[in-house]
Amino acid sequence: MKNPEEIFEILKAKFNEVIIELISDKPTESFITVAPLEIDKVCLYLRDKEGLNFKSLMNLSGVDDANGEKIKDENDNEIIQGGTLSVFYHLESIDLKHKVTLKVSTDRENPEVASVEEIWRAADWHEREAYDMFGIKFLNHHNLIRILMPYDWEGGYPLRKDYQNPEFYKGMKVPY
Amino acid sequence: MIYDWLYNLTGSEMIAIGIQSLLPLYLFILPFALVAVLLERKVAAHMQDRLGPMRVGYHGLLQTIADILKLLQKEDTVAADIDKKFFDLSPLLVFAGSYAAFAAIPFSGAFMGSNIDLGIIYIIAVTGLVVAGILMGGWASNNKYSLLGAMRAAAQIISFEIPTLLIVITVIMITGTMNLYTMSEWQTGYFWNWLIMGGPDLGITKILFIPLMVISFLIIFLSTLAEVNRTPFDIPEAESEIVAGYHTEYSGMKFAMFFLAEYANMFAVSAIVSALFFGGYQSPFGYLGNLLEISWLIPIEQFFWFTAKGVFFVLVQMWLRWTLPRFRVDQLMSFCWKYLIPISFVILLLVGLITVL
Amino acid sequence: MALKTEEMVLNMGPQHPSTHGVLRLELVIEGEIIKNVTPHIGYLHRCFEKHCEVMTYPQIIPYTDRMDYLASMCNEFGYVVAVERLMGIEVPERVEYIRVIMAELQRIASHLVAIGTYGADIGAFTPFLFCFRDREKILNLFEITCGARLLYNYIWIGGVMHDLHPDFIRLTKEFIKEFRPNLKELNDLLTFNQIFIDRTANVGILPAETAINYGITGPNLRASGVNWDLRINDPYSIYDRFDFKIPVGKGENGTVGDCWNRYYMRILEMEESLKIVEQAINQIPDGDVSSAIPKRVKPPAGQIYSRVENPRGELGYFIVSDGSVNPTRIKVRAPSFVNMVVFGELCKGHMVADVVAILGSIDIVLGEIDR
Repeated sequence: MKNPEEIFEILKAKFNEVIIELISDKPTESFITVAPLEIDKVCLYLRDKEGLNFKSLMNLSGVDDANGEKIKDENDNEIIQGGTLSVFYHLESIDLKHKVTLKVSTDRENPEVASVEEIWRAADWHEREAYDMFGIKFLNHHNLIRILMPYDWEGGYPLRKDYQNPEFYKGMKVPY
Repeated sequence: MIYDWLYNLTGSEMIAIGIQSLLPLYLFILPFALVAVLLERKVAAHMQDRLGPMRVGYHGLLQTIADILKLLQKEDTVAADIDKKFFDLSPLLVFAGSYAAFAAIPFSGAFMGSNIDLGIIYIIAVTGLVVAGILMGGWASNNKYSLLGAMRAAAQIISFEIPTLLIVITVIMITGTMNLYTMSEWQTGYFWNWLIMGGPDLGITKILFIPLMVISFLIIFLSTLAEVNRTPFDIPEAESEIVAGYHTEYSGMKFAMFFLAEYANMFAVSAIVSALFFGGYQSPFGYLGNLLEISWLIPIEQFFWFTAKGVFFVLVQMWLRWTLPRFRVDQLMSFCWKYLIPISFVILLLVGLITVL
Repeated sequence: MALKTEEMVLNMGPQHPSTHGVLRLELVIEGEIIKNVTPHIGYLHRCFEKHCEVMTYPQIIPYTDRMDYLASMCNEFGYVVAVERLMGIEVPERVEYIRVIMAELQRIASHLVAIGTYGADIGAFTPFLFCFRDREKILNLFEITCGARLLYNYIWIGGVMHDLHPDFIRLTKEFIKEFRPNLKELNDLLTFNQIFIDRTANVGILPAETAINYGITGPNLRASGVNWDLRINDPYSIYDRFDFKIPVGKGENGTVGDCWNRYYMRILEMEESLKIVEQAINQIPDGDVSSAIPKRVKPPAGQIYSRVENPRGELGYFIVSDGSVNPTRIKVRAPSFVNMVVFGELCKGHMVADVVAILGSIDIVLGEIDR
């Protein structure tokens, strides 16, 4: 059983430049920030390293940080430019009974994160959902298509803070 | 005999035969289906801690009539791209197949649709029409669920005809006749003359026959159950897997034909089983008519016993249906080919040996 | 000579008797053998997470009811625990007991539906109605507690809506007394029926390693032989005060992790839940149930992942708060959503009838998958 600080130290020793920082302040649970394109390597290490054994991915969640610049577009709708989208990974070891939270932040305009779907198959649908809702592209995901929205939805990514409902979907009026 | 009476009445063989052959349909199959549907719903309800239909008539007695009226009024939905000819023909064929079987079943000593010498073999052959009808309906529906259901039904019914036939041949070897009327008459007297109790001939063979006949009865009951697609063998219409199987696309009266055929079939197989092993229409305790010396009472009593035995087996089928889960298609097949058929072959062989001795 | 065969694509659902809702399964079959299964979900998507972003924290509670509509109390419980952790609220003793009683009764009700519908999937219709008869009694208990039978809005942040009905304890005791023999009857009728065992044992085997990798939780994970229950392994509320066991799959009639084991886990869990309810109603203290309900729910900025053991597995709420009255983001880790991923793997090589058996044994609720 290890607390997040110890896990952070182990990771720091292995991946120096990839691990960015450990954030721990109440009431927020402490989490470790990782570079978006290296998350798969970190996760593989966390899963297979003796003494860490994070065999299970509890949750994977996209978040819109909405920390960019708010501007008005030509239709007078508020859109967000710049800033980041984040993905949180909640990992857990069933045999050692410890948990850790990882966070990656990626550019809002071109959000790309390495996929962990091959490490934990549980991530498959979670990543598809994050793609569906935030448009975060998970590189090397075997089947990154929409999951909850229709497959041919072109109206954007609904859980982004600046999402606007489209007027029409396939000739049907959307706001009813 | 009713035929003679009709012949005297009308003076024409054709009309007499025509009326006689329609009698079971109007006097028996249709009323029986009405009663059986209600009975099934009531039996199921009471097994499941509920009341079943209660609104139409006293305790829902008129529920089936209301249902029939509803089915008559319903639109006959026909999907696009179906094979119309075969689609329409299929329910008729299925119904005809199960109705034709009643022709050779003796309802009482005085009445049977047609006294065919090949009786039992004719019944098994003519119910083969049902398979053709089901396959036709499943294929013509242009629906994958129907197709799967029809394929399952064809495989199942044809497979289970083999143990049925083997047991029937065993019985024919013992009784020496294929005529169900003669067979029933042969088992006359009291219930210890029934074939399940070894038949009327006394001696060592009777004792040897008893265990064999009990097993034969179980085999033929199970395989006929499978032939009429009742739980636990209702795989062709397994509603949790393939919606409604071969009759998924049918509605209104066409659906009602399938429905009617199913209940008619249930009674037909029960009647066959009781004719083969339980003395058919024969009373187990002798006749009140003989005691009181009223000769016209005997056929009525026989009809009562025939119906009672049939309804008893129908009730057993219902009891099984609402108790047991359903087999899977491969388990069903291995049950037939690995257990029922070998066992019935062995019985055939043993009975052959015993009769030779 | 080999006959030419062709693969057939069969669309099972969204309208199908045994897909437990509006799930569409695209089966590629060769005869009756499954070559591939692709689940398509989203037909019941009601934008729960988007709705949450414009609602205050207490307003979200009725919406959590509508996710896993067979286990609404447990959903509320999980959500409320998460918000309370974020805000650091201590709730009164009596409230904790009431919540545990409700959650465990709800677990029994939910498992009864799972078992009953599973029986119906396999073809035995009678157990279905037996289960619903018993579930009805639990729903009556909920009805006298909060007036609703399915969607309760009973467990609030910091407390519960109002105190228990004066008759509740007596009626619950009566229910437990009636229910135990019924459970035995159910076992005789369905669980140890040879046809049922033939249909479910050795079907859809899920090994422990695979289960963990796929994130399977709840009875499905325990059926694979992993001793893991959040009520004991990561205790929340007052579960550490009760004496109960975690049933683990042993493969009595087949292999560990087959459909029969998954089914049987639920029977055993109902017995354990009964034990918890019995202990809780005997120990429940007097007290106030609404003193800790905050006037204004405004958690500090931060984020939390909090989880509870739902009847279907680990229900997690990931809440990101920016310090205002509405959450910035709520992500629900719905157990059925995660459990469903493995479904395609389990079905390969089985028959069409087994698809139904495997789907029923995973016990999904589409309201929760699609949210």
